Amino acid sequence: MAPSRIREILRRVPDPEIPALSVLDLGIVREIGAGAVIITPTYTGCPATLVIEQAIRAALDEAGFAHVAITTTLSPPWSSDWISEEGREKLRAYGIAPPPQGAGAAALKNETPATCPRCGSSDTEELSRFGSTPCKALWRCKACAEPFDRFKCH
Amino acid sequence: MSALPPLAQYALRLGDDSLILGQRLGEWCGRAPALEVDLSLANVALDLIGQATHFLGVAGKAEAKGRDADALAFHRDVLDFTNCLLVEQPNGDFAQTIARQLLFSHFQELQFDALTRSSDAGLAAIAAKAVKEVTYHARLASDWVVRLGDGADESRARMIAGLDWMWRFADELFVMDALDAKLLRYGIAIDKAALRPAWDARIDAVLAEATLQRPAARRPVLGGRAGHHSEHLGHLLSEMQFLQRAYPGAVW
Repeated sequence: MAPSRIREILRRVPDPEIPALSVLDLGIVREIGAGAVIITPTYTGCPATLVIEQAIRAALDEAGFAHVAITTTLSPPWSSDWISEEGREKLRAYGIAPPPQGAGAAALKNETPATCPRCGSSDTEELSRFGSTPCKALWRCKACAEPFDRFKCH
Repeated sequence: MSALPPLAQYALRLGDDSLILGQRLGEWCGRAPALEVDLSLANVALDLIGQATHFLGVAGKAEAKGRDADALAFHRDVLDFTNCLLVEQPNGDFAQTIARQLLFSHFQELQFDALTRSSDAGLAAIAAKAVKEVTYHARLASDWVVRLGDGADESRARMIAGLDWMWRFADELFVMDALDAKLLRYGIAIDKAALRPAWDARIDAVLAEATLQRPAARRPVLGGRAGHHSEHLGHLLSEMQFLQRAYPGAVW
C-alpha cells in the first residue's frame, strides 16, 4: 500500500532544527494519501518550513514517489499537542523538555514549571521565553544547574 | 491601490502591519540590550514576517495578477503601503520599542482572535495560527513595560517617554473606514472599533502593574490605511527593498 510505504519514508525524514525528531513525530504530516501528502507548518514564520518540504520531496522522489504531491494547509493550526508520545520521549532524550500539554490559554502562558530533561527535577526557572528557535524557550535547572531548552506550548 | 479587489486590499493591510513591524524589530538584531532580548525581538520579528507572507499571499491571489507575497513586499513604493502608522515608528530606545509592541500586540491578539471567525476561510486560518504566537508577543511586551515602568528612575522615565510618543498612533488601530464597513457586512472583516474596550482594559491593567499613568490624550495621527505615511516608512523601505531595487527579480 502506497500510504503505509510513504509513512515509513516520512518516519526517516528528520526535522532540520531538531534532527532527533522525524516529521511524523512532530505532527506536521496531517494526511497521507496515495496521491498526496498534506503537511502543516509549525510556527508561522518558521524558516524550517521550506526546508522540511524540500526534504520530504527529496525522500519521496528517491523512493519512487515522485508523482505524490505535497500540499500545505494552515487549518486546523498545528499545535504542540500533536507531537507524538514517541516524539516527546525523543525530545527529552535529546535534552529538550517537551511542551506542556493542553495548548489552551493556561498552558500557553507556560506557567507550569518544566522538568529538567537531564536530572528530572522540577525545581527549574525560565530564563527567556524566546530561545534559539521559534519553538523553544530557555530554562535552567536549579537542582543540577544545567541550562536547557524547553519546547514551547503552541 | 484602489483598483485592487476589496479582499486584496484588506489582506494587504493586515500583511503590511506585520511586515513593517517585523522589519522594524529586525533592526534590533545584534544590537539589543541583552542576548535574551535580542533573541526575543528577532523571534517576534520572524513571527510577524511569517504572518505577512501569508496575508500578502492572500492579497496576491485575490488580486489575481500574478503577484506573490515577495512581489508585494519588495516591488511596491511607499504610497502603496497601507500599514498603520504605529508600526512604522522608529525603534527609538528599547523602551520606545516596547511601548510600540505593547500597543500593537494587544491589538493584534484581539484582532486575530476575532478574525478566526471571519467568513473568509483563508484569513481565518492565518489568524487561528498566528494568534497563539501573538499571545507570546503581548506577554513579552507587558512584562517589559512592568519591569521598566516599575523599575529604576531612568527606566521609568524612558518608559513614560516611549508610551507618550507611541500613544498618538493608537487610535488609528481601531478606525473603521469604508473598506472595513463593506467587508464587515460580508462577515469577512472584523469590527475593529468593537475591540477598543477590551484593549483599553488590557493596557490599563499593564500600566497599573507598572505603576504608570495613561499618557495624556493627544490629537490622533491617522492616514496609514490610505497610504499617507510618515517620512520614516520611506527610509525603512529603502533598506528592506534595496536588493530587489538594485537587482530586480534576484533570487536565492
